[in-house]
Amino acid sequence: MSAMTEIALQAPPATRSRGYWATVGRRILRDKVSLVCAVILIAIFLSAICAPWLGLADPYQGSMIRRLRHIGTVGYPLGTDELGRDMLARLIYGGRLSLIIGILPVILAFVIGTSLGLVAGYVGGKVNTAIMRTIDVFYAFPSVLLAIAISGALGAGIVNSIVSLTVVFIPQITRVSESVTTSVRNMDFVEAARASGAGPFTIMRVHMLGNVLGPIFVYATGLISVSMILAAGLSFLGLGTKPPEPEWGLMLNTLRTAIYVNPWVAALPGVMIFAVSIGFNLLSDGLRSAMDIRN
Amino acid sequence: MTGTSGVELLKPIEDVGGAAQPLLQVTGLTKHFPVRGGLFGARKTVRAVDDVSFSIAKGETVGIVGESGCGKSTTARLLMHLMARDAGEIIYDGRQVGRALSLRELRRGMQMVFQDSYASLNPRLTIEESIAFGPKVHGMADMVARAQARELLGKVGLRPENFAGRYPHEISGGQRQRVNIARALALSPRLVILDEAVSALDKSVEAQVLNLLADLKREFGLTYLFISHDLNVVRYISDRVLVMYLGEVVELGPVDQVWDAPAHPYTRALLAAMPSSDPDRRTETPPISGDPPNPIDPPAGCRFHTRCPFAEPLCAGATPKLAALDKMGHQAACYMAIPGSGHSRAPQQEGGRNT
Repeated sequence: MSAMTEIALQAPPATRSRGYWATVGRRILRDKVSLVCAVILIAIFLSAICAPWLGLADPYQGSMIRRLRHIGTVGYPLGTDELGRDMLARLIYGGRLSLIIGILPVILAFVIGTSLGLVAGYVGGKVNTAIMRTIDVFYAFPSVLLAIAISGALGAGIVNSIVSLTVVFIPQITRVSESVTTSVRNMDFVEAARASGAGPFTIMRVHMLGNVLGPIFVYATGLISVSMILAAGLSFLGLGTKPPEPEWGLMLNTLRTAIYVNPWVAALPGVMIFAVSIGFNLLSDGLRSAMDIRN
Repeated sequence: MTGTSGVELLKPIEDVGGAAQPLLQVTGLTKHFPVRGGLFGARKTVRAVDDVSFSIAKGETVGIVGESGCGKSTTARLLMHLMARDAGEIIYDGRQVGRALSLRELRRGMQMVFQDSYASLNPRLTIEESIAFGPKVHGMADMVARAQARELLGKVGLRPENFAGRYPHEISGGQRQRVNIARALALSPRLVILDEAVSALDKSVEAQVLNLLADLKREFGLTYLFISHDLNVVRYISDRVLVMYLGEVVELGPVDQVWDAPAHPYTRALLAAMPSSDPDRRTETPPISGDPPNPIDPPAGCRFHTRCPFAEPLCAGATPKLAALDKMGHQAACYMAIPGSGHSRAPQQEGGRNT
């Protein structure tokens, strides 16, 4: 070995590097805002999942004499709704449906949209035109209108509103996925992978997916809040959940008649939607900066 | 010295033609890119590479020089089959690519190192994974491929225990370029195309990498196609050199002959434009004026005649062909080098040369 190569041998520092996700996790933990958001979201999730074991009142059991109690009433820490049902229990039980309706469409759209965008961006040409122009047709409708139209056509119900929201989000995620894929596919390491003889599927799996997923993931996290608000809107219009099922959007709808009588209680479901939306938004912001490991 | 010794590297594809058979023969390589001027504009073509022919002998280093946009990198990508050529034939060790030699086999026989050391490594893969990727595509088991990757890291002067698990953004440009070289070598190629591989490195690192390339060439019996705009580097590393201008080869020959007695006025201008390290021999006036013409609409005849100080009406007519200047393989495509061509500065009888 020549003298020149020896120089390089001496240079390296001996610390071992962590994996990519370990680095991202460490950076998230150092970000106070993201950490607080994550804690709040986890608390809401856990309480929704564990609702039956929390010793709450029956969320369906109403009482005509205890309607619209104020926050802080003994026995009803968050008051009661227009039918005298315990708000705390309804809010926690309501999280189950609301979170499912908020997150499931985004996950489904994430899987479908990412795949579509990846294929469109990597293959390019006619395939790209076919996929992206079809997507554009869906994209042309305002998302609320599209969700209402599909839900209306399929009929009211939770499954149908999940389907309609998925269809609303697929075009948006596909667009992001396609543009990120196009920018990554022209990079030299993809050329190098082709030069080593790898087929398109291997390249997409090993070299494209990991580099494309980050930005799409951040975008999709931001969509969760949109999804929850749209789902609330569908319930509000009577296209989503049916009473007496507790669900934040529906609760907001039914409680609006009480807005002059007991505005604080009426606002509570809105506060939950707001908290979860803003939580996901800030968390996705934190993720975005944590995943950009170059700085 | 590598720690994990005794790992078998991938076997190189066998030598078919013997020592006398050139490793690579390229004839009439052509690539035109269609461009459309605006929405309703007429379709035009950029003649990025136009009828380029050359051959590379086994164990040789051939340099390609020329200013940016002359088709050097396009030539490299065409040879690697990263883009489809419009015309031309590529013969690897006597076997025509696509017929007697499959594309998959060719990829094992020919690898490439790119200019941008950062963009050519996947930021999400560790260095070890990046190097092991190629052999795994060709059926090597994961463990073996990783062991080989570590072995190769040692060969390019990077201690595997320090570098194997690192990510590209954690190491320096020179180290990354060493990784790229290791990655190219992982498939045991016999021909390595170095597309401006050292151009982005600073001078001291560049020298280290050039020496590494020379070491590796000896150790693995490699053949290099070295593309660069840095004439000093090309002279240092190359045996023979091709000078390209606007997609065409204007001069080729052994590097010493071309440097000492450049026959094409473009080569002369290139060499005169080289910055001198001697303050008494400073280049005061630019040896060549103007920008290269638009490759969408290259000038007829000799493409250099619009900037050539010796241009005569003859030069705007037919395109001059490459003509032999001596028995060493020095050729130039210029009427001034072709005896009896009709150019006033052309040599009058066979064998003479006008300088």
